[in-house]
Amino acid sequence: MMNSTLLETRETHGGRRTLLGRLAIGLFASLGLGAATLAGMGCDNKDAAKNPAKSASETTPASGGTKLAAESAPGDMILIGHYGSLTGSKATFGKSTDNGIKLAVEEINAAGGVSVAGGPKKKIKLISQDTEGKADQAGTVVTRLITQDKVVALLGEVASGITLAAAPVAQQFGVPMITPSSTNPEVTQKGDMIFRVCFIDPFQGLACAKFVRNDLKFTKVALLVDQASPYSVGLKQEFVKGFTGLGGKIVSEQAYNEGDSDFNAQLARIRESAPEAIFIPGYYTEVSNIAIQARKLGMNLPLVGGDGWDSEDLAKNAGKAIEGCFYSNHYAPDQPTKEITEFVTKYKKNYGGTPDGLAALGYDAANILFDSMTRAKSLKGKDLRDAIAATKGYKAVTGNITIDADRNAVKAAVIVEMKNGVPVYKATVNP
Amino acid sequence: MSSLSQSANRLSPGFAKATLGGLWPIALGITLAACLQVFIKPHIDAYYALIALNIGVNIVLAVSLNIVNGFTGQFSIGHAGFLAVGGYAAGAVTYYGSICLFGSADVHGGLLSGMPMDTEGLAFLGSGDALFLVALIVGGLVAALAGLLVGLPSLRLRGDYLAIVTLGFGEIVRVLLQQTDTLIKRSVGSETAEQFAQRVRDTPWWQLPKSVGGALGFTDLPKYTSLFWVYALVAVMLIVAFRLKESSYGRAFLSIREDEIAAESMGVNTTRYKVWAFVIAAFFAGMAGGLFAHQLGTSLSPVNAGFQKSFDIIIMVVLGGLGSISGATLAAIILTIIPEWLRGVELQTSTIFVLIGLTLLAVGVLKVYRARAIAKKTGIEDRSARRRAIGPALGLILISQYFFRGHLPAALQTTINLGEYRMILYALILIIMMIARPKGLFGVRELWNIGPWAKKARVASQNAGGIVPTQGGAA
Amino acid sequence: MHEYPRYSRTRETRVFAKPLYSWNKGGTSRVDQFLQTLKDAVTIGSLYALIALGYTMVYGILKFINFAHSDVVVLGAWISLLTANKVLQLAGGEHAAPWVGPVVLVVAMLACGAISFTIERLAYKPLRKAPRLNVLITAIGVSLFLQNTGQLSAFFGTSPRSIVPLLGDQAVFSIGLVDVSTVDIVGVGTAVVLMIVLEWLVFHTKLGRAMRAVSYDTRNAALMGVPVDRVISFTFVAGAMLAAAGGFLWALRFVVIKQPADTSWTLLGLKAFVAAVVGGIGNVRGAMLGGLAIGLLEMFGAAYLSSSYKDVYVFGLLIIVLLVRPSGLLGKAIVEKV
Repeated sequence: MMNSTLLETRETHGGRRTLLGRLAIGLFASLGLGAATLAGMGCDNKDAAKNPAKSASETTPASGGTKLAAESAPGDMILIGHYGSLTGSKATFGKSTDNGIKLAVEEINAAGGVSVAGGPKKKIKLISQDTEGKADQAGTVVTRLITQDKVVALLGEVASGITLAAAPVAQQFGVPMITPSSTNPEVTQKGDMIFRVCFIDPFQGLACAKFVRNDLKFTKVALLVDQASPYSVGLKQEFVKGFTGLGGKIVSEQAYNEGDSDFNAQLARIRESAPEAIFIPGYYTEVSNIAIQARKLGMNLPLVGGDGWDSEDLAKNAGKAIEGCFYSNHYAPDQPTKEITEFVTKYKKNYGGTPDGLAALGYDAANILFDSMTRAKSLKGKDLRDAIAATKGYKAVTGNITIDADRNAVKAAVIVEMKNGVPVYKATVNP
Repeated sequence: MSSLSQSANRLSPGFAKATLGGLWPIALGITLAACLQVFIKPHIDAYYALIALNIGVNIVLAVSLNIVNGFTGQFSIGHAGFLAVGGYAAGAVTYYGSICLFGSADVHGGLLSGMPMDTEGLAFLGSGDALFLVALIVGGLVAALAGLLVGLPSLRLRGDYLAIVTLGFGEIVRVLLQQTDTLIKRSVGSETAEQFAQRVRDTPWWQLPKSVGGALGFTDLPKYTSLFWVYALVAVMLIVAFRLKESSYGRAFLSIREDEIAAESMGVNTTRYKVWAFVIAAFFAGMAGGLFAHQLGTSLSPVNAGFQKSFDIIIMVVLGGLGSISGATLAAIILTIIPEWLRGVELQTSTIFVLIGLTLLAVGVLKVYRARAIAKKTGIEDRSARRRAIGPALGLILISQYFFRGHLPAALQTTINLGEYRMILYALILIIMMIARPKGLFGVRELWNIGPWAKKARVASQNAGGIVPTQGGAA
Repeated sequence: MHEYPRYSRTRETRVFAKPLYSWNKGGTSRVDQFLQTLKDAVTIGSLYALIALGYTMVYGILKFINFAHSDVVVLGAWISLLTANKVLQLAGGEHAAPWVGPVVLVVAMLACGAISFTIERLAYKPLRKAPRLNVLITAIGVSLFLQNTGQLSAFFGTSPRSIVPLLGDQAVFSIGLVDVSTVDIVGVGTAVVLMIVLEWLVFHTKLGRAMRAVSYDTRNAALMGVPVDRVISFTFVAGAMLAAAGGFLWALRFVVIKQPADTSWTLLGLKAFVAAVVGGIGNVRGAMLGGLAIGLLEMFGAAYLSSSYKDVYVFGLLIIVLLVRPSGLLGKAIVEKV
């Protein structure tokens, strides 16, 4: 019976065909197509590996045609990869970080490069890839950077959700990864190859709580959380723990979704509960609207937030409504330290505009990586990793950075106040 | 017994033979998948293996959506909701089950699970493999239940309304998933593995499915997905879809798609078949979601239930042809590879114009020839020849500007990174396909029904007058 | 430390001890809360109604849901933003003169009308005879095209921007603690005026009669001499102009406008569509009613139940309406002829 099932002719939509015939055609067609595409991709990807970074300063518009097989093999260059959201809803964050990293790369190349373990100086080549703000792209992008482009270290990402997806890949391949600004504590728990140069949310939440309780001397705070963002939810939880631990009271908790523009309902309920301040651990994209609407409802109390507020657009969009509000950040551009003033001047010259905390962190992460390369025995995964883990007291733009046993950075948080549309240094909270 | 029933008895196969006859393609598919994982995967680059994995998952998603959109003609744009529901359910089973049974959430499978870097000393099958299989099936069943819930109200809705309801379903799933509690994790440094396992065992059972991570997503899942699992599911999906199409169920689906009222009046229980379509599609989407969740390099998050992901699947189905299994498969392959291929590709605008010009020229010339052939055959004069010449003319102009690009304004020389424009390209492809060739690449036909090897058969079936009923063979 | 002018009218009150209404003693009472929510509901409901009108008109004429409608709203909002900022830049000065608002509105409406006309001609006209599924997919394609092109840096970019304040935002009058400001009045006023104009157009002019005729039966209307193509194009343009007005009012009210590809715009469009369905799709008065209904549901749900599930209330209502009374509040059940 099997035979006849295979060879029996059936009339279907298109015409008569035996089962075996259809199987054969389908199988050969798909195998052929698969082989052809893989072969085609193989060629393209090998050429793409030689394709240098997408940095603006390196594109030469007059070369014409495709840029696939442009430059020679980088045998004497050290390749590092940066994966970030260069397009999509979080594009501003990714681009800031990218700018900071590029600045560091240009600087170090201008000084001749990095010498590994006393060897000859080699220049750094940066390969930036776009994750489009999606967690499922992270793994593909990082795998590509590691296996196709053969980077020795990775930098990225801003959003903790995406870093959490990419970290296991880096761990499995044994390539060290430094995240400039993912604050979720889980990120470095993924493995011993993952490091970070910013503070973690538990510390940031506690810092905000300490500031509100001790410096502003408030006891009643309302919360307005972005329930779609794990960063916001996590930061809120840590703030609540810290604040209630210090004797404060949370009088109201409202939620919104990322992207909302209308907060009247939530703010009206908050107004009803008569707080002394509102803690808004969200992103600057919504905070501008919240501030404006809160002022319209007659609430002239201070708003407090986290490092998600950090952007030039915050004051541009919110105007006077954000005056006198506070947020915790990685650094304040007007702090009188040598590193900060130098960095701000250099950034302004190259990219225009004041750098935000993310650019500073990107710059620091890249520089710490280069410093570790100098101290490392070789560029192999384990050796580089050990060198990064041994970073102590590195004088970075965002403060003195020491990498602790959990691979997090031990450094202070800075509280800034919005004065005349510019974030101004207010206080430092030490760990 | 009469002679007729005797011969009928002789012709119909015995139980064993029938079962074997039905199962052998599935067994073959699974064996091929295992060979892929064990023999081929160690020799290919990890990046290509990852792409092959993504291709497989997308094939299952596209073909399962094809069952609802293509076969039955119901417009469902919330398919990613089923993916998310199935993924979360499977993840919950694997994660908490792994902790309760094995004590930790690591991969306890053998050679066939996961994408290990080195395979020394790995047994062929591990205890975790059974857990993963159970998890996948549970995920599929939960998603099928969701499909039932979505399918039942859909009885009363037609076309556009159904689209909106399925969209709303996807968004509701996303919001609900965001409200879940955080994952129960081991407090590093203060809890040993045994203490943690005991804590999980002590949690009330109804608390466990609620704690799937919230907005952060379901991180920390053991990474079981491998080429074997994915392609085993692909094999099962393709066989089931194909058999469904050729069976009485498939006939019913297609008749509902063509004209629902006529089908109802011919005795086809449209209610029952529409719900079946949703349930089957949701089941396979749920299993694909389970595979997606356990993949190295992704983490399942509520965003995966939203419209963005649904749209990615829709465009594969539409491009391939609504109703064609091989079309959906091919489109899934193409649309998974192209974004990767375009990543980092930079072209100048003038080159892009040349490409557009070439396409216009090719299509225009073909159309002109075809019009001439028809005019010659039917003897009717072709009056729109002049209008048809605009296309190729424009194409020639665009191609010629390439040679003068030195003299043209610098705006034409900017480099464009194609990856950024991917969504715009997709949208344009969708619009142009719907206007120019709404059937997609293959329409309702399959790969082996088009092209040179089907010409004679097509003519024969056309002479016979359209669809001819199948002989023998049931679902 | 900064000394903040305390919000002195608030004092701590326990829920059960709240007076029903307090005159001069201050405190947010239950009536205040209710009035505030009502005000918010009416203002946002009028916006939803404006956008829902576009959906309902297109559905009435062509029997398909124009997925790209919410993108016209975004377009209107961004064009208003760019125009207003440009005008202020040219005219100089800190605050916008009163004539800037109407000018920006007219510019936005005309621009969106023109773009919508082009889209209709290029993408929807070839598909007049095609099955509904194809048109729906094309609409999705158009929507995505508009979103992603708008996101390019050559057009609107990826960061949110704020519009210059076109109206001083003072309170005109207050009931209790609830301030009704100029923005609220202008917003609701413009929406109401536009709806009255539309009502007049559809029910008291010859063109409106032609539109209604085409929506009942296209072929017979053509037989009666109605220029169907022109009527359809006009309907699209009218819907787009209303959407542009909706976008302008949105920009006026919520000063900061998100980037074009943000998911919140799709959500806005969906809610307006739900409003159209609730009121009875194809029914112009139903859309206005539906908009108000959805505004009320959303605001009261967020204020009195939980603000986390704002979107779920709206979709839940959609599902209930579709199950219980698919023709909507003001719609008539259509018997399908075989």
